[in-house]
Amino acid sequence: METLVQPTFECETGNYHTFCPISCVAWLYQKIEDSFFLVVGTKTCGYFLQNALGVMIFAEPRYAMAELEEGDVSAKLNAYDELRRLCLQIKKDRNPSVIVWIGTCTTEIIKMDLEGIAPQLEAELGIPIVVARANGLDYAFTQGEDTVLAAMARRCPSEEKVTKIEAKAALEEKKGGLKSLFAFTKKETKEEIQQEIEAPSVSHAPLVIFGSLIDPVVNQLTLELKKQGITVTGWLPAARFGELPVINPSTYVVGVNPFLSRTASALARQLRCKLITAPFPIGPDGTRAWIEAICKALAIEPKGLEEREQKVWENLQQDVDAIKGKSVFMMGDNLLEISLARFLIRCGMKVQEVGIPYMDKRYQAAELELLEKTCTLMGHPAVRIVEKPDNYLQIQRIGELHPDLVITGMAHANPLEARGINTKWSVEFTFAQIHGFTNAHDLLKLVRKPLDRNNSLKSMGWEKLVQEV
Amino acid sequence: MKLAYWMYSGPAHIGTLRIATSFKNVHAIMHAPLGDDYFNVMRSMLEREREFTPVTTSVVDRHVLGRGSQDKVINNITRKDKEEHPDLIVLTPTCTSSILQEDLANFVARAQMESEADVLLADVNHYRYNEMQAADKTLVQIVQYYLKKLTEPPKKTEKPSVNILGMCTLGFHSHHDEKELRNLFHDLGIDVNIVMPEKCSVHDLKKMPEAWFNIVPYREIGLMTAEFLKETYDMPYTAIAPMGVVETARFIRAIQTMLAAMGHEVDYEPFIQHQTLHVSQLAWFSRSIDCQNLQGKKVVVYGDATHAAAMTKVLVREMNVEVAWAGTFCKHDGEWFRQEVAEYTKEILVTDDHAVIGDAIARVEPSAIFGTQMERHVGKRLNIPCGVISSPIHIQNFPVGFRPFLGYEGTNQIADLVYNSFTLGMEDHMLEVFSGHDTKEVITKSLTASSELDWDSAAAKELGKIPGFVRSKVKRNTEKFARDQGLSAITLEVMYAAKESVGA
Repeated sequence: METLVQPTFECETGNYHTFCPISCVAWLYQKIEDSFFLVVGTKTCGYFLQNALGVMIFAEPRYAMAELEEGDVSAKLNAYDELRRLCLQIKKDRNPSVIVWIGTCTTEIIKMDLEGIAPQLEAELGIPIVVARANGLDYAFTQGEDTVLAAMARRCPSEEKVTKIEAKAALEEKKGGLKSLFAFTKKETKEEIQQEIEAPSVSHAPLVIFGSLIDPVVNQLTLELKKQGITVTGWLPAARFGELPVINPSTYVVGVNPFLSRTASALARQLRCKLITAPFPIGPDGTRAWIEAICKALAIEPKGLEEREQKVWENLQQDVDAIKGKSVFMMGDNLLEISLARFLIRCGMKVQEVGIPYMDKRYQAAELELLEKTCTLMGHPAVRIVEKPDNYLQIQRIGELHPDLVITGMAHANPLEARGINTKWSVEFTFAQIHGFTNAHDLLKLVRKPLDRNNSLKSMGWEKLVQEV
Repeated sequence: MKLAYWMYSGPAHIGTLRIATSFKNVHAIMHAPLGDDYFNVMRSMLEREREFTPVTTSVVDRHVLGRGSQDKVINNITRKDKEEHPDLIVLTPTCTSSILQEDLANFVARAQMESEADVLLADVNHYRYNEMQAADKTLVQIVQYYLKKLTEPPKKTEKPSVNILGMCTLGFHSHHDEKELRNLFHDLGIDVNIVMPEKCSVHDLKKMPEAWFNIVPYREIGLMTAEFLKETYDMPYTAIAPMGVVETARFIRAIQTMLAAMGHEVDYEPFIQHQTLHVSQLAWFSRSIDCQNLQGKKVVVYGDATHAAAMTKVLVREMNVEVAWAGTFCKHDGEWFRQEVAEYTKEILVTDDHAVIGDAIARVEPSAIFGTQMERHVGKRLNIPCGVISSPIHIQNFPVGFRPFLGYEGTNQIADLVYNSFTLGMEDHMLEVFSGHDTKEVITKSLTASSELDWDSAAAKELGKIPGFVRSKVKRNTEKFARDQGLSAITLEVMYAAKESVGA
């Protein structure tokens, strides 16, 4: 009989570091091409975006700070008038299709009623205003995206009024003729991919995928599902605000990232969609499980998935051999930790600790189940999951455990390296393409790089630098 | 509310933390929500720090907000006291937590009772002060805290000696400047008593009055401390930034005057003469044939008050370059700046609005810009070269090699900076005359020249999205894969399959 190795959970409620959730602006404004993000916060927020994240606002920015000054904080100034003035300016200068207000800790503390102001101003300006409260009081790093998508989900149309526009766009595409053939524009065309992949599409309930991924990965996952005969109705977010997918109670929804629990619950509870609980498409094992779960929900028999996964593992053999048996410690940063741990255990690594800022056991249920199964399969002991870890205590534990690799935030990397411990920035996993079968190799490359580099540095040796040859 | 795209100086708590973490064995507790603690990242990454940044965030979350943060803050202070045994613990809120209007002074008083370390609340208004002002204020606060314990002023050192005030972490080339200043004082026969706050122990602060005089190399940080020491201990100081040969000479002469007033007669003129004419290459350099083309060139200068003023003077007085306008983002020090540069430029801009500065650059169309990272980018868009002379700091301002801006070696660095900025401009001009390094049209095809492979539109589009520097590699690998597989058309599927098999 199989014995399952259940992970252990503890909540340290310590002093830990992650980036501010307003970071999501940095990738979401690029993803949603006709958007403008307005972060309503203090100098502290602005300096963060500009500096720590290395996001410099140099040319034609599509995001800005509404910097709160003393008069705003002491409520001497009227928030409505102030925001109206700024948004008029934005409308005049940039004319976006949507303005996303990002609330911060400060707007929470001074209880600025962004949600109350937005509808009035939206009516006045004629531009949709989406309000997301991506504050550090309630959320960590990547959860910022979650707050934006949860707010945006409520703006998805519930009926097919979009079809006309799409048809018109398709027509224009045709009219474009030669020109459109050579126009390597960013505008992605789902139709094109659909035409080219000659998989018989099966009739099934509409499927919407939520989570912001860069276009090539969106294509890859769309293609992967197409091979199963599944047509993706749309993605949340879409490249344009006007292209948000139709969402209604007949829609199946599935997430691509583990930090999207609020979006999931907004879709499932408020919009009454059917939420598919699946492990996340990270690593070949996770990707296969994700596709299988979608197939199962849509009553489609998956085909060739086992072989597909097997093939990817074969291609990964070299990488797997390089990291097998090595130990890894995750300090916790971006909420991708459980999925990463599961994949790395499957690759034969030993996971000593999984720190995570926030653990939603319900949204991550399928991922946790797969983690448990993977541990059993690989003979790995129970994984220690530490929620809201204390960084100081973690560093003591790292000192005792001597892991081969620590996945950590940027503040701790150099000091750990100076103590002879290999590190990898956790933030790289947030921004690299790691989803799906296609990117499993890139994901492992991230893990291998510090190990390989420090091996080659070791062979150079510090001693040789100071001794005479 | 202010629509802001860019900030030339950080929020107040960054200034406070720069001071606290520069001292040896001082720990800072930040009372702030998750995410406000990016100072640790900045310092660790930019300074390539080997030690953990001695800042701990006492995280304010929804739970703490509801219950009050008193216990948590006090616990964190006493905990750090036991874990790290610092000499001093500095508590600071951020813009965010300062509006909670908690009685942090009371937290500190209570934590003090249970701590071995001294505990201090950094007293700064987070909505009125910027990074530099807060740093200046925190520095004087710490100095006052330790000097008030002093019952009687200590004796002066036997030999003339100096305190260097305001050198701290995350400064613009400040490590290099510190080294150069030490060299300079060595040459002048003056002992360096205390450099602070960088690597200075708070317990050494009481030795500060032993020095004969103080210097404040950057007026942004340290001026308040110098004023305090002047008032309390009658210590003279100079805040002349020794940048460029003329200002460095003025700086040395100011020191000579101070020493003379204290009964120590020295004549530094031969030293100044020797350094200016033979050690520093700047004076000769601007007279060399290389710099003939600098004649009649027009530039603009923008930065913090210290660097922008000094650079304006260097360009006009020492390199014979016209400064069309000079500007600073240090609005709090605007009067001083106006006075300093008034005779060297026609127009003076005191603003921290990057758009105003960008427009002013576009309007003047200078041959070169000397500004911050922001102006460097403006320059890129306008095709105008830019030398970076001021914060906001960037990883490029932490070069591994020795690159001071102050002292005589600093003058050489400035000469290089100016010349390199212009050569790029002149080179551009020559390139235009001779139509570039190379013809613009590509005559040969790519290395593979595989015309038999047909990229369909979706795949071609996808290829177009791949960053330029790896695109040709991806293209080659994909085509190789397709040929190996005996495929004649490349679709998205083929591309992804190629990526999986060869890791292209």
